[in-house]
Amino acid sequence: MRYFPVVVVGAGLAGLRAALEVNMHNIPVCILSRVHPVRSHSLAAQGGINGALGNHVRGVYDSVEKHAFDTVKGSDYLGDQDAIIRMCSEAPLRIYEMEHWGCPFSRTSDGKIAQRPFGGAGFPRTAYAEDKTGHALLHTLYEQIVRFEHSSEREDITVLDEMFVTSLIVDDSRCIGVVALNLKTGKFEAFHSDAVIFATGGSGRIYSNSTNALISTALGAYIPFVEGVPLKDMEFIQFHPTTLIGTNILMTEGCRGEGGFLVNNKGERFLANYDDSKKAMEVAPRDIVARNIQREIDAGRGFENSYVHLDIRHLGEKKINDRLPGIRDLCIKFVNIDPIVDPIPVQPGQHYTMGGIDTDINGATEVKGLFAAGECACVSVHGANRLGGNSLLETIVYGAIAGKSCAEYVTSLSQTRVGADKVESRQKDEEKRASNIVNQDGDVLICDVRDDLAKVMAQKVGLFRKEDQLKSALEDIKSAKERFTKVKFNAKSKSLIYNYEYINYLETDANITISEVIVKGALERKESRGSHFRLDFPKRDDAQFLKHTIARFSKEGINLSYKPVKIVKWEPKERKY
Amino acid sequence: MDKVVFEVFRFSPGEDVKPHFDKFEVPYQKGMTVLQGLLYIQSKLDGSLGLRFACRAGICGSCAMHINGIYSLACETQIAMLGEYIQVRPLNHLPIIKDLVVDMTEFWNKYKLIKPYLIHSKEIPEKEFLQSVDEREKLTRIVDCILCGACYAACPVVETHKDYIGPHAFVKANRFIRDSRDKGTYERLKIVGGDDGVFRCHTVFSCQEVCPKDINPSGSIAELKVLTTRAAFTAFDKSKLTR
Repeated sequence: MRYFPVVVVGAGLAGLRAALEVNMHNIPVCILSRVHPVRSHSLAAQGGINGALGNHVRGVYDSVEKHAFDTVKGSDYLGDQDAIIRMCSEAPLRIYEMEHWGCPFSRTSDGKIAQRPFGGAGFPRTAYAEDKTGHALLHTLYEQIVRFEHSSEREDITVLDEMFVTSLIVDDSRCIGVVALNLKTGKFEAFHSDAVIFATGGSGRIYSNSTNALISTALGAYIPFVEGVPLKDMEFIQFHPTTLIGTNILMTEGCRGEGGFLVNNKGERFLANYDDSKKAMEVAPRDIVARNIQREIDAGRGFENSYVHLDIRHLGEKKINDRLPGIRDLCIKFVNIDPIVDPIPVQPGQHYTMGGIDTDINGATEVKGLFAAGECACVSVHGANRLGGNSLLETIVYGAIAGKSCAEYVTSLSQTRVGADKVESRQKDEEKRASNIVNQDGDVLICDVRDDLAKVMAQKVGLFRKEDQLKSALEDIKSAKERFTKVKFNAKSKSLIYNYEYINYLETDANITISEVIVKGALERKESRGSHFRLDFPKRDDAQFLKHTIARFSKEGINLSYKPVKIVKWEPKERKY
Repeated sequence: MDKVVFEVFRFSPGEDVKPHFDKFEVPYQKGMTVLQGLLYIQSKLDGSLGLRFACRAGICGSCAMHINGIYSLACETQIAMLGEYIQVRPLNHLPIIKDLVVDMTEFWNKYKLIKPYLIHSKEIPEKEFLQSVDEREKLTRIVDCILCGACYAACPVVETHKDYIGPHAFVKANRFIRDSRDKGTYERLKIVGGDDGVFRCHTVFSCQEVCPKDINPSGSIAELKVLTTRAAFTAFDKSKLTR
């Protein structure tokens, strides 16, 4: 067993930023990640990060307030306005900080950070590094971790990669550590701590058509959930309008921000035919564009009944190479199409988990000593629909906030290192549980349960939802649970060294439970708001549903309750673009 | 083509006496990548297959391996380009943990050697450091490095000289040296110009051949040689060396 005052789970942007903040308060911190930090999914973000910097010629009148309002409106008024205002006001500070740390942002002609237009934004305020902004930011933050490691000015910062956290230890409603499987040795290790920050990313792989990395599963939401930590607004799942056919690899919103068109099989820019997108066209928010693409496909105006065209040819070779080189590269490698010559075949795909671990405006959860930040958390700043460019922003703003409040919490503790015996016994429990798991001898393949469920979620709990479909999804989840009691392990060896069968088991188990949370939330929310669209209740219903869904785990099942939305400035209005 | 044969390198230290190859037959679907094939094996045929993966879109750098003779990313290598027979092996020069998973500790330690972070002057502006479009242009491509290890595995100098810092770290060093905001050039040149540095490079371009991001590590190494040589000729101005 090892002790660190603070343990951070996850080494994407939110986790690394939180760890740096804790360490800036001169507190030793340990980062645990299932992959090396620079493999984290944050780096797949392409388009950029929002902040009212006013660097674009058309952005000089932009302001924090306008950024906040766009975010509130984008969230379909479900985002907490105090949290949104805080995020937008700290945006410039955090973006400049990343620049000072070396982030290679693209530049304007006067040498400032370049910004581009993005969906749902009144001004071009998305700062970018070509179309690889997540990659640029993540490498920059990891470089800072190395700088902190080299520095002797502070307490230690420790990074342990390929350390797969399997459970969170909550004792007497206080978080006291985690147990992790060291993938390199196949042994469990206990981490005793005074506080834990969860920054594990989204649960995208619950869906078969996700843009997310294969490692973005529901485990990060599940581990705290089963320890009694509530989840918020899980029914709000973002579908990105433009993902590559087949693989659902992301084609950045920047393609449209830079001027790309969405075109149906008649060659029309069809967004003009829909009320909610006819003004903003391709730069309307994601929920609206994704639905209208799906409507075109469903009406037979797509190609092969499965996609539309994202046409960026008119931007010209130079602009494509300067601003969207990564997109060009992906198209050539994955669909053998050069977007300079041919339009890109795209379809909507699962992209982002708006909901997550319920936190307050300081990143603190209901459980003392447990903090959360980034996509796994729900503050909530994205409400019912996230604006493109706000997720990277949330990771570094709320990563730093969670880090700060965690550091303050740890400093304020009168008693540290409590419950060491509990942590040790939990490690033994995990060892026993793992051995039971890998010695099961059924006849069902784990991947079949996982993949079948993921297809159900994509088909029945997708862009358009309906009571009978949701109920049928609940039945499917029930049968997945039953099948999951009869799984088999086909590995010859029971060693846990890089045992992905065991990992798949844990992830599938988590996906099943979190799917149920999503479906139950969606079933109860009898309205349409942001990404959650009910064909049987196509209108937003503020009187009944201007509230956050809170899901709690109990042995008997999942319980839902509700919590008010914080409205401090803007009263809800009809949302049109 | 309706199926392909994978010949996969297998070795579990402690369990196996020596490495061997296992053969698997995988049903082929249009657009299938090598990573998809390996994941099919892992999830349906042999759950004990060890490999690294994450983004499946050529950006995280997890799945670099030796595929039909070339170090490449499994996730962006189309099976259609390879044919019916695919042989995969782990990255060279690094100890094997299990099957296709290698211990990259040494790779990361060498990366850390060259101070892979922006070293700037004490005065930080209120807003951003200004950098012209031309200055930023010097960073284009070189900042795309995903640290996948393909160049390191392909490098014959790493094979013969254990402490050779390696192309991945030189690229990173050059990325900061080229950055108009960075003030750490001389610190880094002292490291990359040292005994285990760029002058051990034989300029055989293996790194450049395999780089999945076309970053041209050989070019970076050549640049660093020039800069180090130039610095050596002016080295008698000691103030510059210690800056």
